Amino acid sequence: MIDERLIASITAEVLRQLSAAGGTVSAPAVAAKVSQRLRVEDGILPDLTTAESKAEITLEHMVNRDLLEQMKRKTPARIGIGSAGPRLKTRTYLTLRADHAGARDAVFRDVDEGLLREMGLFTVQTLCTSRNEHLTRPDLGRQLSEDAKRELRSKCQRNPQVQIYAADGLSSQAVDVNLRDILPALMDGLQDYGISTGTPFFLRFGRMPAMDEISELLGAEVTCVLVGERPGLATANSMSAYIAYKATVGMPEARRTVVSNIHSGGIPAVEAGAHIAGLLKTILERKQSGVDLQL
Amino acid sequence: METSILSVGIDIGTSTTSMVVSRLQVQNTASCFAVPRVAITGAEIVYRGEIYQTPQAGGDCIDADAVASLLENEYRKAGITPEQVQTGAVIITGESSRKENAALVTERMSRLAGEFVVATAGPDLESIIAAKGAGTAQYSEEHGCSAANFDIGGGTTNIAVFRGGQLTSKGCWDIGGRLIRVENGRISYVSPRVALVAQDVGVFLQKGGPADAGTLRKVTDRMAAALCEAAGLLPETPLCRAVETVEATPMRLEHSIDCVSFSGGVADYVYHPVSDWFRHGDIGPLLADSIRRSVLFTARKVIPVRETIRATVVGAGAYTTTVSGSTIDCVREDLLPLKNLPVLVPGKETEEASGLGHGEALAKEARWFLQESGADNAVFCLKRLRAPNYRQVCALADALAQAAAVLPHGAPLLVLTEQDYAKVLGQALRRQVKDRPVICIDSVRAEEGDYLDLGRPLMDGVVLPVVVKTLIFGE
Repeated sequence: MIDERLIASITAEVLRQLSAAGGTVSAPAVAAKVSQRLRVEDGILPDLTTAESKAEITLEHMVNRDLLEQMKRKTPARIGIGSAGPRLKTRTYLTLRADHAGARDAVFRDVDEGLLREMGLFTVQTLCTSRNEHLTRPDLGRQLSEDAKRELRSKCQRNPQVQIYAADGLSSQAVDVNLRDILPALMDGLQDYGISTGTPFFLRFGRMPAMDEISELLGAEVTCVLVGERPGLATANSMSAYIAYKATVGMPEARRTVVSNIHSGGIPAVEAGAHIAGLLKTILERKQSGVDLQL
Repeated sequence: METSILSVGIDIGTSTTSMVVSRLQVQNTASCFAVPRVAITGAEIVYRGEIYQTPQAGGDCIDADAVASLLENEYRKAGITPEQVQTGAVIITGESSRKENAALVTERMSRLAGEFVVATAGPDLESIIAAKGAGTAQYSEEHGCSAANFDIGGGTTNIAVFRGGQLTSKGCWDIGGRLIRVENGRISYVSPRVALVAQDVGVFLQKGGPADAGTLRKVTDRMAAALCEAAGLLPETPLCRAVETVEATPMRLEHSIDCVSFSGGVADYVYHPVSDWFRHGDIGPLLADSIRRSVLFTARKVIPVRETIRATVVGAGAYTTTVSGSTIDCVREDLLPLKNLPVLVPGKETEEASGLGHGEALAKEARWFLQESGADNAVFCLKRLRAPNYRQVCALADALAQAAAVLPHGAPLLVLTEQDYAKVLGQALRRQVKDRPVICIDSVRAEEGDYLDLGRPLMDGVVLPVVVKTLIFGE
């Protein structure tokens, strides 16, 4: 700890020197000076999180620009960004912060209720009562509340061939972005195959393994959950479909089949819907899922 | 998930004919937690045939029967039957493709070749195939540079320029090693196409005249200079365009060239010079020497090639086949293979209208296209719609179903989308189109004027092998 008296004496000395040099400086005078230097412009700051902005190469003095552009097209990773001494450039740092903020927002927000209405989905909830609890108590996010069980029993068709539902998981944003395309593509595809699909719904504060309880409750032959993936810094829009044949609580994780990376930079939601429809048909035919299912 | 397909390449050129058999490895490169992504991961050449003189039947004709029996013999030596062959290409290249009986040769080949592709290659396709066989396309991708391959054969030199693995320009010149032939110290043949070059350097060449290396060098030096002009290394003269192959698309260089490679029969002497000028009874070694002394060789980085004289045949056998995207809609495997399907690329406005569900313009374009091309069917190739949502996919299916009405009764509706949405589009289409089968694939790039061959599905129907044939003769 620095001696308080020492600080006081230094402060006094500095103030003395300042007043000796140019008299007292009044606050309004400083403000006037600053506003003289400031220039206010109309305009728009660039959005650093757009694909175009991220495609820009900020590395200087590169040997082969073509090759770097080619490499950048193949990965969302932050390559070819250069540095300022040992640190990130300000622009890279700000992009990183913006992406991180995007990831946090995706986790903390709620799924758009308008979307759920549009898709004709009713909402039930797990044992979690808040977003905070959902994030800190994964065990509660795997279990349905009594209200939820009651509602599912009363509203859902029993023993369907395939039970489909959506859950926020760790990215509500992924549900917002993909559900409108993936769900109808999937439902229409299954209908073409003549597969019965039960009554779809939305599970709030849901973790993926809640599907086991839902499968048991509704007696579904195959259960398929469309769930938001934990966002990374590349995208917060990624969705996964977890699928299990006759899922039961406590079953080995190896019995789940997963289709991941459903977003515009991975497999497009519409195409994923069609693909999953075909996959569900195969799972029904083979009566197995997960690692047992050799495709 | 892994499989392989047997591919045969046959090149019937002006002076030589050869065949190779390759095994293409096909693998799912995605993890088991993702949608499959099947790709051709390697090509192993399992049989390299001999290089034969192309049998001639007098005049400018290829002896189709002799070629067929020669290839039958090659099949025996390779230990394969036509039924085993799943893909590949027969291409009739160089001056040969211009000869009147190319059609007859093609017909004989298709019987021999079984199910796979037969193409009378235009000079444009040959340029691309040779550069792929030589490994130049791959080099430019791996090194992030621009690279041009010069495939110097008997009758023509095919140039293909790549940047970062992508083709940027292609061209063909009437410059080759066997345009002048020599026997016992005398000129035994002068191709009419040499006349312009000879005139330009003030040399008079005549059948029966003395074959003087010094005189002939003036001609080959001028040929080499014309190639330098074509590559943008020397200012272009009128002669350069005058000796450009008539049937080829005029070459337009898009950017400067960093690296050059050489394939074709003359290339061996570019890489390994000899001074026994007339060892093959032609001007090949002289032309190679002229190239070695030109700025093409001295002012640019010369890169090694995988193949020289066999570049075209290896390209045809191992690098013409690609695979479609791995989420496609093809429930009627019995319809395949389908060959020589012309590509119909709808205009911008037509595709946009189709995306809104309006199929009138598309139907009109399709009717016109079938009339003009005389083809029985076409592949609707959708290139513009980016990341369509489900509503747009359904609207597009409506428009395509409307346009399908102009196809002949019962003919399949064939659709290729450049972006990854074929499976969902195919499902939507089958809901609409009940009176004809639907095949809908994606992730293959084709242009107006191309032709497609679709092979039998691989890996339980996950992908189709596809050959895109660029057969434009001029523009």
